[in-house]
Amino acid sequence: MLSEFLQFLFAGVTSGSIYALAALGFAIIFNASGVINFAQGEFIMLGGMVSVALAAAGLPLPFAVVASVLVSVVVGIGVEKGAIEPARRAETVTLIIITIGASILIQGLAQVIFGKGQHALQPFSGDTPILVGGASLLPQSLWVLGVSAIVVAALWGFFNRTLAGKAMLAVSYNRLGAQLVGIEPRRVWLVAFGLSGGLGAVAGALSAPITMTSYDAGLMLGLKGFVAATLGGLGNGLGAVVGGLLLGVAEAMTAGYVSSAYKDAVPFVLILLVLVFLPRGLLGARSADRV
Amino acid sequence: MSARWRVLVGFAVLLALLPLVVPNSFVLDLVNRIAINAIAVIGLNLVMGYAGQVSLGHAAFFGIGAYLSGVLPSQYGWPPVAALGAGLAAAGGLAFAVGRPILRLKGHYLAMATLGLGIIGAIVVTNESRWTGGPDGMPVDALTLFGHGPGNEKGWYAVLAVALWLTVWLAQNLVDSPVGRALRTLHGSEPAAQSVGIDVPKYKVRAFVVAAMLASFAGSLFAHYVGFITPQVSSFMHSIELVTMVVVGGMASVWGSVLGAALLTALPQLLADFEGWEMVLFGGLLVVTMVLLPRGVVPTLARRLGGRARA
Repeated sequence: MLSEFLQFLFAGVTSGSIYALAALGFAIIFNASGVINFAQGEFIMLGGMVSVALAAAGLPLPFAVVASVLVSVVVGIGVEKGAIEPARRAETVTLIIITIGASILIQGLAQVIFGKGQHALQPFSGDTPILVGGASLLPQSLWVLGVSAIVVAALWGFFNRTLAGKAMLAVSYNRLGAQLVGIEPRRVWLVAFGLSGGLGAVAGALSAPITMTSYDAGLMLGLKGFVAATLGGLGNGLGAVVGGLLLGVAEAMTAGYVSSAYKDAVPFVLILLVLVFLPRGLLGARSADRV
Repeated sequence: MSARWRVLVGFAVLLALLPLVVPNSFVLDLVNRIAINAIAVIGLNLVMGYAGQVSLGHAAFFGIGAYLSGVLPSQYGWPPVAALGAGLAAAGGLAFAVGRPILRLKGHYLAMATLGLGIIGAIVVTNESRWTGGPDGMPVDALTLFGHGPGNEKGWYAVLAVALWLTVWLAQNLVDSPVGRALRTLHGSEPAAQSVGIDVPKYKVRAFVVAAMLASFAGSLFAHYVGFITPQVSSFMHSIELVTMVVVGGMASVWGSVLGAALLTALPQLLADFEGWEMVLFGGLLVVTMVLLPRGVVPTLARRLGGRARA
């Protein structure tokens, strides 16, 4: 009984960490620019696919992973420069369509370059399961948890301890005020997209040995990241992490105890229920309408 | 005769003459698909363009129409027209039931909720393979009424042209009625609309219900016309296609919806020659169009022409 529960919990926390990283990507871009970036899932896909391709070309695994993160950072900056910045004044729906267009473009390029097949990355340190309380834990899961924890801690430090991070927070609180004290919002947007690109790629490379990856793997991961970000309250960093973990565990428990066919529906049912009762997410700020 | 009627009569004449210039059945098939999409897109534009509410899950309603038209006649012996009516009732009923709690949400939270609704629909259709054939899809019976059906592409064109004209007429009437004015007012400012006595939730839900029923209608027509449906009809990507048609054509423009449907239905056919690069080109064109024409094609052109041609 307990071992079964632990098994589902491990699976849930592992995929939850990936969702948390995806959700943080959404939150960083949303905070800096007010844009919901539907291309976030493609950064995750790039992390997995570029690592796979470079590792297959003979590059040692650590270099392949680092290179995939760099590629994704560049793509993130490219999306901001090429698609978001020229359309800054457009309406929300238009911006959503633009990021979806960018997402289709990136997916198309990945399909041309890497083909349509499914790929698995080799695990970072073997695939001999570790037994914990009767449940088996893959070493790759430990990598996912460890690196995610480090990334979250580093982000916390960046936003609370460094000048650049504080400047980004300032822009999200009050763009005009930030400009008055000499912060250039356009640079903040650029950093936000680069950072989210890198974050996505880390998540993609970490999860590729467990879940397999393909050119169209980003869509569902991106949407679940959006759910996790909304669940915690859009733009709330802690909320994004909590939302991601909650989502992963809820999904794994449903798959284990109820129905694996409806596993993918869990995040969306959950978010509908939350939004009906808490229209701004679990940890979102309460706000009044501005008239 | 008012300006609106002159345009509507002109549209009717255009629809009547179109088959004379269409070179072959391949192009006529494309025209038919455009008409089906336009019906759904006009409905979605009522919600998005006029009422200002984002919906990223509209394919769910399209899927309700398509799958009820697929399942009820072939497995339960319903007449196709009754199944179409059942689709309208189910889509309208669902929109009415979920409309109030969901349309209370704002901005990205509304986008999230409608997106969730759409994806749940797609997952249900994929998993309930007893009825829907699962991911492989299912064949759909022909559309008949008292033993007569549209038959080939030409017959279908006649049916779809009439359906499209009626949809345009209905949408324009709605837009120019007190309901349409109420919708535009609440789009501008909900508190202002409330202060002049507009029941904001009621009007939002009304627009949502009409849009859901038009999507279901289009879904039923699609199912019978193509004769085969897969979960793709209710997928997230299909929702996105419909939203893209609204935005590219132009928000709050009935003619923009028709044009948006035409452009984005024809584009993949044109890009099919660039084997392997379709997605790259489609995504690239989408970004470029929206960056250059953020308000959509028809409103931008209407403004350039000095605001004479009212959309």
